[in-house]
Amino acid sequence: MSGAVTGEGYLDSASASPLHPAARDVLLAALDQGYADPRRLHRAGRTSRLLLDNAREATADALGVRADEVTFTPSGTHAVHLGLLGLVRGSRRGDVVVHSAVEHSAVGHAVAWGATGDEVGVMGDGRVYDGDLVQGAIAPGTAVVALQTANHEVGTVQDVGDFELPNDVPLFTDARASMGRLPLPGGWAAAAGSAHMWGGPAGVGVLLVRKRARWRNPFPGDDRVDERSTGFENVPAVLAAAAALQAVVAERDEVNVRQHALVDVVRRRVAAEVPDVEVVGDPDRRLPHLLTFSCLYVDGEALVTELDRLGFGIASGSACTASTLTPSHVLEAMGVLTHGNVRLSLGRDTTRAEVDAFCDALPGVVAEIRARVGL
Amino acid sequence: MRAWGSEMTHAVDLELDCREMPCPMPVIELARHLGDVEVGGLLAVVARDPAAAVDVPAWCRMKQQDYVGADAADDGVPRYVVRRLS
Repeated sequence: MSGAVTGEGYLDSASASPLHPAARDVLLAALDQGYADPRRLHRAGRTSRLLLDNAREATADALGVRADEVTFTPSGTHAVHLGLLGLVRGSRRGDVVVHSAVEHSAVGHAVAWGATGDEVGVMGDGRVYDGDLVQGAIAPGTAVVALQTANHEVGTVQDVGDFELPNDVPLFTDARASMGRLPLPGGWAAAAGSAHMWGGPAGVGVLLVRKRARWRNPFPGDDRVDERSTGFENVPAVLAAAAALQAVVAERDEVNVRQHALVDVVRRRVAAEVPDVEVVGDPDRRLPHLLTFSCLYVDGEALVTELDRLGFGIASGSACTASTLTPSHVLEAMGVLTHGNVRLSLGRDTTRAEVDAFCDALPGVVAEIRARVGL
Repeated sequence: MRAWGSEMTHAVDLELDCREMPCPMPVIELARHLGDVEVGGLLAVVARDPAAAVDVPAWCRMKQQDYVGADAADDGVPRYVVRRLS
């Protein structure tokens, strides 16, 4: 069987990547082998347990952590909730979470549910003011600092691990946007990842908790293999996720260089060929596969629809897209144009021809939408 | 309810009623009517669209105009004030 390939023109891998070819065969085999309850002592149960342990070891190996620091969760979102709130619950200082203004909404929802938020602003490129983050960290009552490894909308890489926090204030890092693509930073007590973002199946999150971290389960426990997880383990999916992660890590030196150069092409061409456009995020210290720009006077929903009609699948953080009336809080925090927004994220096999086709099509689409309003 | 005191309200040369317009129409109206005030004059956009709070200052930066600030229209709806520089 030939592996899955990215659909041509699909430029939204940051929302979800197609299953990595390395994961497909593993998934199919594991569906037959890994159905039993991994806690049972019979042969089928032992097989499931072996596959689950293999997945944990492969994941730990790919991420450079210990196997007993890895927990599989039913989603990346759940890994964020568990990781962050578990550190809050383990804190002796209070319940305040100091976090950047550009964290994913999963962090915001966790804070709103079970902590007190202290938001720290970002610079125009999306990078957090480290000094303010550290100031917030030393304040009495601060339990946890939460800072993403890289931003999911604009790609800017944060300086996780490069600043000094008090010994009893742990760092939680939402590593979903970068996991597999970039090495994990240092300095965190808990971290979260999401398999569908690196080419594993949906429904698999990864929670990492450092061996000596003060982490307490913020939710009801369970009697599964791993004390931090709840519910029956999806053994085939976690094994496929681990296989995809290993493959992504093994090929990232080559893929990242290629994607970084392709994104540079788009950044350059969009800025040169579309009038009144703002290309945002750090041009260099960024995720290799992702870029965001905003076009003045353009309705985001119209842009998504017209590009889709031409065969390009892109995401938008604009308020004018149907799902929301408020603009992206990330773009808002950066103070950049929120309407006419396009987030483009490349797949592992996106070609120069696809990128050029997108760049060729974009100026006409933007001009046509502007012409509708007489501009 | 007024979000800002009336003493903070700028005396503008032209006020655009974009109260019911969705994003990005308030910024489009701003661009259309910039030429209706003299260079140095003040133009205001009244808009409920939450994106306008970010997009009007961003527009000013991109088009080299001066973002004066936000106040409120008589009915309390946010109003964004721009000075025409060119």
